[in-house]
Amino acid sequence: MPVKGQTASGPLLAVSNLTKLFGSFTACNAINLQIEPGEIHALLGENGAGKSTLVKMLFGVLAPTAGEIAWNGEIVRITSPSDARKLGIGMVFQHFSLFEALTVAENIALSMDRNVSLARVAEEASHLSRVYGLPLDPKAHVADLSVGERQRIEIVRALLQNPQLIILDEPTSVLTPQEADRLFETLFKLKSEGRSVLYISHRLEEVQRLCDRATVLRHGRVTGACDPRAETPASLARMMVGSEVAVVTPEGTNTRGDVQLEARHLSVPARTPFAVSLKNICLKVRAGEVLAIAGVAGNGQSELFDALSGEYPVADDKAIQIRRNPVGSRNINARRLMGAGFVPEERHGHAAVSTLSLSDNLVLARNQSDRRAFLGGGFLKIIRQGAVKAATKRVAEAMDVRKSGEDPPAGSLSGGNLQKFIVGRELDRQPAVLVVNQPTWGVDAGAASRIRQALVDLAKAGSAVLVISQDLDEIFEVATEIAVISEGRLSDPYPARELSREKIGLLMGGMYGKTEGAGAAHAH
Amino acid sequence: MGIVEAILLSVITAATPLVLAAAGELVAERSGVLNLGVEGMMIMGAVSAFAATQITGSPYIGVLAGIGAGVLFALLFGFLTLTLVANQVATGLALTLLGLGVSGMLGEGFLGMQGIKLQPITIPLLSQVPFLGPLLFRQDAIFYLSIAVVAGIHWFLFRSRAGLKLRAVGDSHASAHALGVDVVRTRYLAVLFGGACAGLAGAQLSLVYTPQWVENMSAGRGWIALALVVFASWRPWRVVAGGYLFGAVSISQLHAQAFGIGIPSQFLSSLPYLATIIVLILISHNRRMTLINTPASLGKPFVPDR
Repeated sequence: MPVKGQTASGPLLAVSNLTKLFGSFTACNAINLQIEPGEIHALLGENGAGKSTLVKMLFGVLAPTAGEIAWNGEIVRITSPSDARKLGIGMVFQHFSLFEALTVAENIALSMDRNVSLARVAEEASHLSRVYGLPLDPKAHVADLSVGERQRIEIVRALLQNPQLIILDEPTSVLTPQEADRLFETLFKLKSEGRSVLYISHRLEEVQRLCDRATVLRHGRVTGACDPRAETPASLARMMVGSEVAVVTPEGTNTRGDVQLEARHLSVPARTPFAVSLKNICLKVRAGEVLAIAGVAGNGQSELFDALSGEYPVADDKAIQIRRNPVGSRNINARRLMGAGFVPEERHGHAAVSTLSLSDNLVLARNQSDRRAFLGGGFLKIIRQGAVKAATKRVAEAMDVRKSGEDPPAGSLSGGNLQKFIVGRELDRQPAVLVVNQPTWGVDAGAASRIRQALVDLAKAGSAVLVISQDLDEIFEVATEIAVISEGRLSDPYPARELSREKIGLLMGGMYGKTEGAGAAHAH
Repeated sequence: MGIVEAILLSVITAATPLVLAAAGELVAERSGVLNLGVEGMMIMGAVSAFAATQITGSPYIGVLAGIGAGVLFALLFGFLTLTLVANQVATGLALTLLGLGVSGMLGEGFLGMQGIKLQPITIPLLSQVPFLGPLLFRQDAIFYLSIAVVAGIHWFLFRSRAGLKLRAVGDSHASAHALGVDVVRTRYLAVLFGGACAGLAGAQLSLVYTPQWVENMSAGRGWIALALVVFASWRPWRVVAGGYLFGAVSISQLHAQAFGIGIPSQFLSSLPYLATIIVLILISHNRRMTLINTPASLGKPFVPDR
């Protein structure tokens, strides 16, 4: 596709002294940023560094307090996303701005300024999704799609605008290595067409592999501009967080104990026509082990978590055993009382109630399993505020949760800090069994490494840990054993050190020792 | 005209105001606004239509006055809930109480007056069709309008771009705002349309159903219309099916009494609400149904970040 009206030289986008105040809080402080035509430019920074605010100003969602944006050398005012799109700026949001009740094609049509018939949109979208290797069914309702599939819609939606500059916010966090590779090919293709990409990521390796230049933000200020390929991951991380990021030190000397968590021929029919059924899943996690379950989004991970945690108990009591107790039909609290802890995928609305304070969220999760500590007054079950507050403080300190005030609402914390709190809430009980789904999804590098270290330490202390994750870096950092889930079937476990990324990629495509051919890497 | 035709005619007359008011409310709810003031807008429509007809002698001017009164009340609701971001449930309830009170006051001078009925319009040829002709094609303008409104809403919501935007606003106002849709404007228009339909439904009551002014003559039909929207799971044509079902139930009360059938009338008049509860149970039983059919930001106030 040709790129529309481009002037000869000079930066495509030049931002000077862009500032955004929220009350007395400075989210972005005199930011300067230049993006050249045909470059992939990385925007690095921890959560809360001001990346999202900056990008929202570029896309016309927020109005800057001061400063200028120049597009092709001309000062422009971008007052709405539609202005931004008219200039030629496309955006893939981190928190998907999709409409669950609408179909894929309807979602895409909404973001187009021209009035195009739905049939045309569907056709164009499936064409683009084929070209860029992002398979999509235009007629599917978004409510039925997995996180990974939803992201594809966002990407295709932005590409349909034929933008000169495309902004991607953490685009690879839900993709398999093969899918990520394909996305990189897409981005290189866009670059070769003369388009520019503003690429926001916490994954330093990715940035080094992909980006020509990088701008680093910390606390709303630009703290560095560099060629990422001339840096090391550690030096980039230092610019981001201002100090060295701790490297997670995985096992080595873990002593393996008894089986603490076991699934025996666990089969669960799909609850809805769009869920995945679990087929004959067998797994064992011993004390001291971290079993990581890899897989592409929507292959039965949520269903497996629901079954293991007791959110949806299964009919066969013996299919799930926690510390040798059959618990298949027992609920979540019964399993907690046996020494298990659970961290579900979604932070907001599932693992925590955003509008409630941290201490309320703590007591909500642990009012049964720690009732002696937190509830008093006999049958009246009055909450002991003092004990709950003390535990909240303990968790926050142990996990280095940064928050405003003593006991703020969960929703006021950044994603990484809330996730640290949620994981810490379970760790604080020193559970014998911990099941975690996507522990660091959308979390900044500092928080992610803190959480991963905590999981590793828990296993070292003699607990059985099961981690469900789509992030292979994470899996290799924490796991002692790795199994792969694909279409509701779980592969055999492999010792983490014996498994290559390529092998995992093949297993993700559902190939257990079969020849390559239909896997993710070859699906055109 | 046989007894069956007479009963069916009375069902149509009873169902039309329900269909109209529910169709209007459906559009408002699809945009994410829960307006519990339907009863209030309806009764204002009824009194204004009756008064304007008495003063001018033309029931068509009455119809316009009914629509205008509904729009005016909806504008008040919109200003309170969309501009001032007041609680929608409380504001809607207040609107109903206000409408019942104000209509009683305005209508005092018109009590007991002989009304002017909106005359049927006979459609040539079609009205000659046996049985169906006299039923469907010798009706008043408001009946024809009610069917056209539902067809129009269906087309608008599911075929037009503006309708797609309206559904998007109702599903997630934050995402719609991020895409550059003017959420508050969309909701204002939806609420005003809902008011116009409720006003028209009210005009039908005082110009067609019982051409006179009686205090509280809407008699809870606004609430049935609200229930009907849920019963129809926010789908326009199901509003027609549900409206005629509920209309038939209310007519069967009268006939059951006339024939001396011993079903308590209270039971029959509670049927629409029972049916709605059953539909709610069926919908909420299935998470997918809920996600796809229910406007997810229904009743939630919207304040853009700036």
